[in-house]
Amino acid sequence: MADQNESIPAQEQAAAQDPAAQQNAQLLALLHHLFGEAAFTDVEESYGLLSVTTTREQIHGIIAGLQKDQELQLNFLTTMCGVHFPDREGQELSMVYHLHSLTRNIRLRLKIFFPIADPVAPTLTDLYSCANWMEREAFDFYGIIFPGHPNLMRILNVEDMDYHPMRKEYALEDGTREDKTDLFFGR
Amino acid sequence: MAVNDTLEGTHKIIESAREQQAHLNPLAPTVNDFNQELTTLNLGPTHPATHGIFQNILQMDGERIISGVPTIGYIHRAFEKIAERRPFYQITTLTDRMNYCSSPINNMGWHMTVEKLLGVEVPKRAQYIRVILMELARITDHLICNGILGVDTGAFTGFLYLMDEREKVYEIYEEVSGARLTTNMGRVGGMERDFSDIAIAKLRAWLKTFPGVMREFETMFNRNRIFMDRIVDVGAISAERALNYGFTGPNLRAAGVDYDVRVMNPYSSYQDFDFEIPVGTKGDTYDRFMVRNEEIWQSLRIIEQALENLPAGPYHADAPHFYLPPKQAVYQNMEALIYHFKIVMGEIDAPVGEVYHSVEGGNGELGFYLVSDGGRTPYRLHFRRPCFIYYQAYTEMVVGQTLSDAIVTLSSMNVIAGELDA
Repeated sequence: MADQNESIPAQEQAAAQDPAAQQNAQLLALLHHLFGEAAFTDVEESYGLLSVTTTREQIHGIIAGLQKDQELQLNFLTTMCGVHFPDREGQELSMVYHLHSLTRNIRLRLKIFFPIADPVAPTLTDLYSCANWMEREAFDFYGIIFPGHPNLMRILNVEDMDYHPMRKEYALEDGTREDKTDLFFGR
Repeated sequence: MAVNDTLEGTHKIIESAREQQAHLNPLAPTVNDFNQELTTLNLGPTHPATHGIFQNILQMDGERIISGVPTIGYIHRAFEKIAERRPFYQITTLTDRMNYCSSPINNMGWHMTVEKLLGVEVPKRAQYIRVILMELARITDHLICNGILGVDTGAFTGFLYLMDEREKVYEIYEEVSGARLTTNMGRVGGMERDFSDIAIAKLRAWLKTFPGVMREFETMFNRNRIFMDRIVDVGAISAERALNYGFTGPNLRAAGVDYDVRVMNPYSSYQDFDFEIPVGTKGDTYDRFMVRNEEIWQSLRIIEQALENLPAGPYHADAPHFYLPPKQAVYQNMEALIYHFKIVMGEIDAPVGEVYHSVEGGNGELGFYLVSDGGRTPYRLHFRRPCFIYYQAYTEMVVGQTLSDAIVTLSSMNVIAGELDA
């Protein structure tokens, strides 16, 4: 019995016990089957939600494929947003997509990373009408460019703003203050 | 779009929309040629019938809307940025100000997100109290929406009747949290105080009187000839288009899709309650009105069940690292003082991780995507605001309809400016 347990990877063992983990393992197997194992890196399960990283070259194809796929029916774009990681060289900017299958109740998080010097991500407006404003928001906040977007202009901030305020270099705290040394103040 | 309440700004927007139309892009807002004797109508930003600050520049052919260019962001307050330097408990006040018609749902949704991150288990009593408050909030949210829809069609009476009832719900909020509109209700780990006897008494009294008023309201509106003529088949959207536009909540259910976060991903013990999800068929204004009305009845059912079976026990989790100790204990007890200091100063480390948690808000799936790097504040916090996502469809829904139809469509979609702009 002990030998058997050792031969099963720990992840699968956990999956056998937890239904959410089981579902995620199945989902991952299906993703690998559909798009190949090489398409996904950094597979992790964060608080019950399967989260995979892919590349910006592949993301559009993957989301389009998932939208059409009859078995998964991951055809509801819950939300997407940008994130800025100034410390990750060459991968400073990120787009995070949350997909949801309303028929099978599966959620999936997809992430892409790309350099801030080349802040370009594919647009999803041809697949999802709701991507329009969400991409405008990502452009507004992080300066991510979506080639092919029909109307890529600022949405929440004023049009003549000349920077992208959600980037981490724009601290909320006044940068000239010296009385606060706390690492987390003003980030 | 900058300051476009000037004529110059308006022309600039039309000019840019026309440029985009020249590229023949199907998704771009369209503005037709002035030579066709069309009228440009500036609906908003502060039009009394839009119930919030957002602008639509409409191209009208007589009474018909040819195209529209929506502008939002007038009350953008950069909540996602501000949240990046606030400790978790201070972000609750930001969530209040998103959908201010149902603040408790936003508050609870945020608390549950943090609890998920921290792995705090909330006791049953607190969960039931939360359910009661969230359903009260849903009712007030729907009361506002449906009452205002009556006002926009010329029937003021129903609105006044309902506002009276909403006032009583706000008195219950007052008993529970001390506030009325921006409630800042509950804490990470549970509630800040238990239901008092007065709160229970007020709730029971309200549960007795409200159904009568609601029935009266329904009698006035549901089969009212004038009202139905104004809203049936107005601003309809198909289920496919609604899903593609990311609709959630009553607006999606009116189109016939039975998606409700409370059922699909139960949180806060929603699986314990027996209730139904009303759906419409056509996704028009009348369906949205009827779905909201029925949801009010279902919410009442949930409240009654929760109040009947309200479990005994603590009203907050035993999580001293995150739950503020009672003020009296802070003065008398060393540990309480230490925890109080650490929580208020944000000296408590959170786990590293990413959480997505969503609740069924008044208008749909209200999601919180929280990236924590272990610090005192979120590294990134993204709010999935249902209004922001579904308001995109507005132009598509009103094109080809009359101006008065556009007003009732907007009203029945229940676009809350605070949530739209965050």
